[in-house]
Amino acid sequence: MNILTNPSKLRGFERHIKVEKVKVENVSRRSILKGLGIAGGFVLAAPVMSRPAFAAYKTGADKMPHGTVVDPRVFVSIAPDGIVTIVAHRAEMGTGVRTSLPLIVAEEMEADWSRVRVQQARGDEVKYGNQDTDGSRSTRHYLMPMREIGASARSMLEAAAAKRWGVPVTEVKAANHEVVHAASGRRIGFGDLAADAAKQPVPSIESLKLKDPKDFRYLGKGEIRIVDLRDITVGKAQYGADVRLPGMKYAVIARPPVTGGKLVSFDGAEAMKVSGVEKVMEVKGWPWPSKFQPLGGVAVIARNTGAAVKGRDALKVVWDDGPNAKYESVAYRAQLEEAARKPGLVVRKEGDVDAALKGADKVIVGEYYLPHLAHVTMEPPAAVADVKGDKAEIWAPLQSAGGTREDVAKTLGIPEENVTINVTLLGGGFGRKSKCDFALEAALLSKELGVPVKVQWTREDDVRHGFLHTVSVERIEAGLDKNGKVIAWRHRSVAPTIASTFAAGAVHEAAFELGMGLVDMPFEIANIQCENPEVAAHTRIGWFRSVSNIPRAFAVQSMVGELAQATNRDQKDMLLELIGSPRIVDLSSVKDLWNYGEPYDSYPIDTARLRRVVELVAEKGGWGRSVPKGRGLGIAAHRSFVSYIATIVEVEVGEKGKLTVHQVDTAIDCGTYVNPERIQAQIEGAAIMGLSLAKYGEITFKDGKVQQGNFDNFPVIRIDEAPLVTNVHIMPPGPDSPPSGVGEPGVPPFAPALINAIFAATGKRVRALPIGKQLET
Amino acid sequence: MIKVKINSQEQNWDGDPDLSLLWYLRDEAGLTGAKFGCGQALCGACTVLVDRQAVRACITSVSDVVGREVTTIEGLHPTGDHPVQKAWRDANVPQCGYCQAGQIMQAAALLIQNPKPSRDQIREAMAGNICRCGTYQRIENAVHLASTGV
Repeated sequence: MNILTNPSKLRGFERHIKVEKVKVENVSRRSILKGLGIAGGFVLAAPVMSRPAFAAYKTGADKMPHGTVVDPRVFVSIAPDGIVTIVAHRAEMGTGVRTSLPLIVAEEMEADWSRVRVQQARGDEVKYGNQDTDGSRSTRHYLMPMREIGASARSMLEAAAAKRWGVPVTEVKAANHEVVHAASGRRIGFGDLAADAAKQPVPSIESLKLKDPKDFRYLGKGEIRIVDLRDITVGKAQYGADVRLPGMKYAVIARPPVTGGKLVSFDGAEAMKVSGVEKVMEVKGWPWPSKFQPLGGVAVIARNTGAAVKGRDALKVVWDDGPNAKYESVAYRAQLEEAARKPGLVVRKEGDVDAALKGADKVIVGEYYLPHLAHVTMEPPAAVADVKGDKAEIWAPLQSAGGTREDVAKTLGIPEENVTINVTLLGGGFGRKSKCDFALEAALLSKELGVPVKVQWTREDDVRHGFLHTVSVERIEAGLDKNGKVIAWRHRSVAPTIASTFAAGAVHEAAFELGMGLVDMPFEIANIQCENPEVAAHTRIGWFRSVSNIPRAFAVQSMVGELAQATNRDQKDMLLELIGSPRIVDLSSVKDLWNYGEPYDSYPIDTARLRRVVELVAEKGGWGRSVPKGRGLGIAAHRSFVSYIATIVEVEVGEKGKLTVHQVDTAIDCGTYVNPERIQAQIEGAAIMGLSLAKYGEITFKDGKVQQGNFDNFPVIRIDEAPLVTNVHIMPPGPDSPPSGVGEPGVPPFAPALINAIFAATGKRVRALPIGKQLET
Repeated sequence: MIKVKINSQEQNWDGDPDLSLLWYLRDEAGLTGAKFGCGQALCGACTVLVDRQAVRACITSVSDVVGREVTTIEGLHPTGDHPVQKAWRDANVPQCGYCQAGQIMQAAALLIQNPKPSRDQIREAMAGNICRCGTYQRIENAVHLASTGV
């Protein structure tokens, strides 16, 4: 199957691998509302048949599979005691959406948050709309729909109260969990009104009156804590790995060590001797590439995970390593570099870059390397499945609940409506848990065994059999005129594409990868050319938090530092000069421009906003301050996930290249926001992830196999190496500034800001990550 | 048959005495607060207290804790209001939360040994616990808060 000709198989980011547009079905949900009921008393989710029209919500949300559902009866229920239950239909992996989205509903419906409970939605996109929690889009896609849902509920409650009192609806007002008739001083609580409110027609979206933001109690304040806070601190929060069912068996799987390899034979006799091991069996695998289908291998089934792991250690397995057995990282890097030094597919062209480079007074060339990275979510993949006959139920930490439902149904050959997907908390996501292979493995094993099965990945499984961040060489040639002005910019990006995980033979990066910092480069330069030379993948490539923005921001912002150096300018001044005049960047020369799935006119590249975050971080972060000897300041700015962000790092390079990050300042403009406290948390965390990948992040291959396996040889930053202080500066939103991404934009600018700071401290320019031992001498 | 004491409760285990304490707790005893993160004492997600000292349950066998007191996050405080737990909430530490039970147990062990650790001592004592979300600044602040009240 060629996915490029089967766009219906694609979801979310995946859809942008396709050639044609996918039609969004405006599904009538009337039928599915029949018989729908949320447990526990009254419900706005009563089977009312006059569902308002599908909301024409003008963002990328509508282009996602199953679009957006705006219906209070689906998301809100009110019990007679007044407890309001709001459905969270997106996955919680640490960003706070499980709190933020219900909070938006509560704000608009005038619910008192202390009387709100959050209920996690099952994977059901027909009912809830798209559930792919990725691409930093939960708030940007759902701020308005959630406000509309809350406003609808409020309006129904007010209508019910007005009817009961026999007064015009204009005289009543919902406030703090009750409806008040000011003229007579009467008031009724939401719980008492619930049953009547459910009988009210759902108002049309056009008729809704949204709250004036100046009256917000919760939104934009950052005073509400995440709903799982207490459970997390007492050990009650339930992640996928924590699910236990009666009669459940525990499984670990030996998978082919090389991507595309397969099982030849196995001997489980020794494994069966391990205390607690009950069975050794083959797991079906799919040939590479096959999207998220399991790799196959040999499963060891036991009464507990420890026994299963010990049993797996005792397995004797013969593998056929297949077509990628020669994948080797040193040679591959050379291949990428060679490709980057030759012309490639032109993906953006303005002016005449060849002539401009030829005529330039000076040409600066930078070649930047960034290796494969593994997600290493603290919770390695784990899933529980209970398959009985033609019914399947899954419990797992899933970023893509709806997609998983489709994939489980297809993999087991059963109808989608027979598949129940329970989404647990995610112990980290970062894109890894957008791929449901681990849930499919559990489903296949449970089907065979006829009992509930938990599949647990070990850390080594996670590092060696995941979907890695790509590996890339980014080559930039910048031409300067005799006045030191940049007049030419050629950027070649060579990296195996995520599309290769879906379709054999994909050698060019997909539009969504090219749109992450390559073709959307915002600098005001007369001659620009972006190229994408081809290269084949030899392992499974997948989304990793921030995706291609990581290597692109590293390259582009390092080059800014190099240009500042070449022209003896201040880094920030150079950066602002390159960003140029305040304007909307004209990207009309880019064919198939991908703007994070958003219409370009709603979310254009506005250089005024990019300039402002640079200026804000420079002011708040004390750009230009004098620092002790051995220390340096570096700056970088990048737009990604339609947010604008700039970071300053103060680093000390000590003996043997020991790095101490004294201070990090980041300014973010993410438009209208819901919870500034969680934005701060995301940006603090992004600095840690950025520092991890800059200092240590590297997965390498030899003989087709990943050479790392755990935190000893794939280290991440620990608290004793963390920045001493991280400050986050959030730009107040402009009027009507739509919300944009938060989860991912913080990562890309960190590494180049650090590298620019290291240059300022030492005069050494690091062009290949990780830094590793490069500063030791 | 082995007898172990978890959160003040005696339990019997008739399976493999070499089974790691982590999988015993999670899969056999149903105490899933301690998490699996690496299996090699590299990340600290499985940290529990054994006789009031922080121990990585993933490399400790069930037989190792015979005759000793094991405390997991579930048993740290009867109402979940240990000063460290409260500080974790006051400082809004968690993001995904998966590593935090291990972090809290490590911090609780630190404060048993050193009730007023310096910032450097906090960073040193907590360096065995990885948080991939990157909540370290808040972890440091929360431990400081738990020990000083500010």
